[in-house]
Amino acid sequence: MNVVELKNVVAGYGGAPILNGVNIAIEASDIGVIVGPNGAGKSTTLKAIFGLLTVTEGEVEFEGRDITNSEPDRLVPLGLSFVPQEHNVFTSMTVHENFEMGAFVRRDDLSASLEMVYEMFPDLKAKRNQNAGELSGGQRQMVAMGRALMSQPRLLMLDEPSAGLSPRYMMEIFEQVVKINAAGVGILMVEQNARQALAFATKGFVLASGQNRYTGTGRELLDDPEVAKSFLGG
Amino acid sequence: MNDFIFFFNQVVIGGAVLGSIYALGAVGITLIFGILRFAHFAHGDMMTMGGFVAFLLAGIVAATGIAFPLPTGFVVLPFAMVIAAVLALGIDKGFYAPLRARGARPVTLLIASIGVTMMIQGVIRLFFGSSSYSFFEGGSKKLYRIDLPFEGVTRPISFTEPQLLLVILTAVAVIALHLFLTRSRLGKGMRAMADNADLARVSGINTKLVVRVTWVIAGALACLAGTMLALDVSLKPDLAFNIVLPIFAAAIVGGLGHAYGAIAGGFLLGFAETMAVFNWAVLLRPFRDALPEWFEIPSSLALVQSEYKLTVAFIILVVVLLVRPTGIFKGAST
Amino acid sequence: MTMRYVGLFSGLFVLIVVVGLFMGAPFTVRLMVEAFAFALIAMGLNIQWGFGGLFNFGILGMLMVGGFAMVFIAFPVNEAFWASDGPAMLGMTLFAAAIGAVLIVLAHNVQRIGIIGKWRGAVIVLAWFVAYVIFRSQMDPAASYITSEAGWIGGLGLPVLLGWAFGGVLAAAIGFFVGKISLGLRTDYLAIATIGIAEILRAVIKNVDWLTRGTLTVSPIPWPVPNPQAFQAMGHDPSMSFVLARSGFLVLVVAVVAIALFLIHRAYNGPWGRMMRAIRDNHIAAGSMGKDVTKRQLELFVFGSALMGIGGAILTSFVGIYDPSSYQPINHTFIIWVMLIVGGSGNNFGALIGGLFIYIVWVLSEPMAQALFLNLSDFSQGMGWGEIPDISARAIQMRVFVLGLVITIALRFAPKGLLPEFVRRHD
Repeated sequence: MNVVELKNVVAGYGGAPILNGVNIAIEASDIGVIVGPNGAGKSTTLKAIFGLLTVTEGEVEFEGRDITNSEPDRLVPLGLSFVPQEHNVFTSMTVHENFEMGAFVRRDDLSASLEMVYEMFPDLKAKRNQNAGELSGGQRQMVAMGRALMSQPRLLMLDEPSAGLSPRYMMEIFEQVVKINAAGVGILMVEQNARQALAFATKGFVLASGQNRYTGTGRELLDDPEVAKSFLGG
Repeated sequence: MNDFIFFFNQVVIGGAVLGSIYALGAVGITLIFGILRFAHFAHGDMMTMGGFVAFLLAGIVAATGIAFPLPTGFVVLPFAMVIAAVLALGIDKGFYAPLRARGARPVTLLIASIGVTMMIQGVIRLFFGSSSYSFFEGGSKKLYRIDLPFEGVTRPISFTEPQLLLVILTAVAVIALHLFLTRSRLGKGMRAMADNADLARVSGINTKLVVRVTWVIAGALACLAGTMLALDVSLKPDLAFNIVLPIFAAAIVGGLGHAYGAIAGGFLLGFAETMAVFNWAVLLRPFRDALPEWFEIPSSLALVQSEYKLTVAFIILVVVLLVRPTGIFKGAST
Repeated sequence: MTMRYVGLFSGLFVLIVVVGLFMGAPFTVRLMVEAFAFALIAMGLNIQWGFGGLFNFGILGMLMVGGFAMVFIAFPVNEAFWASDGPAMLGMTLFAAAIGAVLIVLAHNVQRIGIIGKWRGAVIVLAWFVAYVIFRSQMDPAASYITSEAGWIGGLGLPVLLGWAFGGVLAAAIGFFVGKISLGLRTDYLAIATIGIAEILRAVIKNVDWLTRGTLTVSPIPWPVPNPQAFQAMGHDPSMSFVLARSGFLVLVVAVVAIALFLIHRAYNGPWGRMMRAIRDNHIAAGSMGKDVTKRQLELFVFGSALMGIGGAILTSFVGIYDPSSYQPINHTFIIWVMLIVGGSGNNFGALIGGLFIYIVWVLSEPMAQALFLNLSDFSQGMGWGEIPDISARAIQMRVFVLGLVITIALRFAPKGLLPEFVRRHD
């Protein structure tokens, strides 16, 4: 079953729509990567799923259930989680508190999840009582991902997780994404570093002007000369 | 020595009392600013409103004839705080929430809060007129005098019961607030929202609940401050409207949005005001013999005349805004 | 849109006529004089907030300054002061202030001799303190000498119209300093800073007895046109002489408002106004196009303050008494905001109609509330519940509530006001 499915979604911020009929389907075992030129509606797609802007036509389904235009505080308990591109940590709170905030919707014992997150990002364990604002960009990205995982999602959405990171951190983040996916969490991410991301994507979506252009496995898109020429810089 | 006790009574006790009131008010303003991002101008009138709620309750209790060892206004305080919190929620629902739902800019909410100010004042005066009321009708405030066991000391350290209760309650409120913000799930959620409202929403934090909790805390603290101020001086419809500006000054001096900064800012301004109007000549008098012949101690050596007491806070505010607009405790977290 | 203007202004006219029928001519003409003065002040706020997006919570201060300036120019000369040592002592005070100013300027430049960082800060603070002490050492004796010998310094005995103009000039000067120190601030800080400065002004004007007579109040202030007493002396009955005198005053005020409206309208529709709107709507973009944003904003703040000062001078000269303790934030700051928001921020005619309409509502809500209470009281007496006590005292408080209700309703249901800003599209 698809963990998330967008059917002909039209959405925008009140003015002219930015998405003009986007179709996306991701299974729990998938790593979906959305690529495309600037202004194609990549980030907007994630926000439309997460109820951060209004879907005027079409439908968003999560595990077969209609979640079109639901508020985040209803979606997070269902099992969706989202890492925005910027301002994605609480800078005045400690790393540990950031993780607790990720688990705000949970009322059960957090220790197992905290252990898992610290195991995944060992660097953060030593800095658990430091304010997130004092960390480096790469470490912040880890805090942001850890925060998103604390709600025990079945779909993790990442908006350009590698933006502004050094190649070392980028590879580390991608490795963790693959690991998270292996643990049964569906991934849907937007990436600028399209070639690297498509290399491990099980599903790739090329968007342009708010519509799907190409859909296929990551490999297929990388091998398609049209895609390579128009969207991957030759 | 007597002169030093005079100094202690005037500056230390006076400053602590004033600072407590400012701190309690400023915390509410700063929390509302942190969560809703607008300067809530009607906060002073929420304090006055809280004072009148307590006054009504105290009247009801007094009518039953039950006597308490503490001032009646103080005894009914918990109930008054609950009512004030409900009223604060109602004000938000009636006047601010619709504007937020429309996506109005913070400055629109600021202007709306002036409307709320006027409505609260209008209603209070409609029912209570413009005269002042005392919580101690017929009775008097208990006065504490602590005589110091030193030779030649005739002047005691003195303060009233409401003043003592105010300072104790402020300390309790500050500690309770600290524990709430650092230990409880909801309190941390509040800090998260003040830090980054979008991310708080994305994390699944129930932002509407956080807003409600903010109003409950701000309303209850406003009631506490208003009632204690009314117990200390007297209750009148413009009780807190006159001090809403120093309270804002305290919140800004402490850095808007920073709860601990607001408390520190409140005490800073409280002491600054009492020190600025204090006649420092008093402290020079004991050293009269040690001073050179030509030096004559002026009868008044206050930094500002007492008519200008309120302006001290504004001057500090203006200077802080110019020199460090983010507040003097920049870097402190919520 | 034109229909809306015609409709609203004729509606207002009908309202005024109805008020005239019920409340009588002397009351209505008085109401109109004050309403037009308030409309002028609202137009001043419109320049600052509607055109410039600059929050001003210190309108009260500008009105007080305008009123004082008018008193200083137009009030008869106080011979006792000029014959005493007062002028000389004030000269010394001015000299002391100048010395203090020099000290402060020097202190701000100590980095040139290598004093920097914390030490520079300490020197600056010390310089301010010393300057303050020097100033006070001259000011305090001068103030107490003048109050005991001559009461206060009195006026200059010049024409009242000159006083109105000086009200604008002095308020503009104060506005310049207020703007200079606070316009860089964010909106909510600007609000608090302006109200703080206004409160400082209020405290000073209220307490410098030697300059303003403070709480002792100044009266009677001369009128720019023949006053009621003059008409009575000509043989008119009291009611008629009030109507005639106040009508003369009204003509003058309407003329001032019309001139202001014309000038603002022309400026606003010219290149200057376009630039101002560009700055308000996107001051980052305007700044990047090489416009000096802060300087333009300062201009707006100063112009707006000048109108407020003139309005304050008009109000003071009309009531004939200058009483610094009669100035209240609700009556002199918040009400102006209600006028502008209800009328339509960004539109001169909106400010005008808002000013007139809200002032009428403000004044009339008292007798109307009184009538309401009297009826309620009769009803409750009829039901055997007893009458409502202190009706007249309570009724006067109703208008504050009404004003608050009006602005919250306006913000919620008509945030653009009665006459919304006229948005031109150039693309």
